[in-house]
Amino acid sequence: MALTRMSSKKQSSNNIAQARRIVQQLRIEANIERIKVSKASADLMHYCGEHAKYDPLLMGIPASENPFKDKKPCIIL
Amino acid sequence: MCDQTFVAITFGPCDSCSQNKPLMNIYLQNEPVNYCSLCVELMACQGLAKGETVSTLRAESENLKAKLEEERAKLHDVELHQVAEKVETLGQFVIKTRRTLKGHGNKVLCMDWCRDKRRMVSSSQVIMRSAAVCVLQEHAVTMPCTWVMACAYAPSGCVIACGGLDNKCSVYPLSLDKNENLAAKKKSVAMHTNYLSACSFTNSDMQLLTSSGDGTCALWDVESGQLLQSFHGHSADVLSLDLAPSETGNTFVSGGCDKKANVWDMRSGQNIQSFETHESDINSCRLYDLRADREVAIYSKESIIFGASSVDFSLSGRLLFAGYNDYNINVWDVLKGTRVAILFGHENRVSTVRVSPDGTAFCSGSWDNTLDFNPV
Repeated sequence: MALTRMSSKKQSSNNIAQARRIVQQLRIEANIERIKVSKASADLMHYCGEHAKYDPLLMGIPASENPFKDKKPCIIL
Repeated sequence: MCDQTFVAITFGPCDSCSQNKPLMNIYLQNEPVNYCSLCVELMACQGLAKGETVSTLRAESENLKAKLEEERAKLHDVELHQVAEKVETLGQFVIKTRRTLKGHGNKVLCMDWCRDKRRMVSSSQVIMRSAAVCVLQEHAVTMPCTWVMACAYAPSGCVIACGGLDNKCSVYPLSLDKNENLAAKKKSVAMHTNYLSACSFTNSDMQLLTSSGDGTCALWDVESGQLLQSFHGHSADVLSLDLAPSETGNTFVSGGCDKKANVWDMRSGQNIQSFETHESDINSCRLYDLRADREVAIYSKESIIFGASSVDFSLSGRLLFAGYNDYNINVWDVLKGTRVAILFGHENRVSTVRVSPDGTAFCSGSWDNTLDFNPV
């Protein structure tokens, strides 16, 4: 923020402004709604389970569908 | 320059003095209000009159921090890996490096995938991967920016953004013509007061999000170069950012040298959540759950004594790929917290690891001047 030049009180008002911002920020953070780790973990596990079959790095893909399967040696173009 | 001025997004009657002026969007007691800059200053000075001093405010912030820890701890009823005990253990993870892309004259610092899954951009080349033919085509289009620390593909695949020690992020329209002089079409979009550490397009080619060594992140309009929103809150260099993966999403997370990961609201510039790591943590990867508002898993081993520079999830989120300064990539089981594989293959630090958009491959870039492309 551009703070206009004021009196010598600028220095202390800067620190105050900053300290107030920190307190403001912490108040916001203290008031957010949270869920239990057990619930969050269950949701994470559910998500991974649901999407596992769509994850090629997890499941692998059949050779016939793999466009990178070495059918011939790689050549540099 | 984004950390020295503010852009007034609104102009109108101030909520405090009612005069028509450029307004700053701030939060008072959790409510968004619009004050003109004079009223913001006056409010700051009022504190002095009420006997509020820096030390009373500091005491209050310590109290609030303690309260935050208490609230978070109350919900810490179990560990993720305990809950995940009933999940099937993963089979052996096997991947062979199919293609090492050499040809960079220097360290690979960053890379990004194109949404069409066929192309990648890395500092400082655009690499074309052709899936239709069973070979890997390398279209080396040298990008004419030096010291590239960040690069990104636009969603359309027609434009790339990059920047670094020049303190800027510039965009370049792409063409398939190898002889095309990209430098001529360069357009500077973002301007910071220190190096550019990361950049990313939002859901469109029109907006660019950047993070910088100047401690801020910023959202820019690509067409006009205008600063749309700036994000202040880190107290040291911001090293990385990532957008929330939702179509309507307007949040992103940034990580900084102040050991904090901050979650931001892109529209308001507000810091919604913040996660701090402890002093002792240098060599681990951590998983934070946003709804539980805390760390839920740590991925580390005593044998790993070097830090991780880059991480990415597989499509389902079950696997975490992390590139380390000991030249290896460790693959972690996200739920169980165990390591499922170590991948060797680089001869210097791994600087970047990215899974392709379709999840069929991941690419790692290294200070050994190569990119390793690992398909399934």
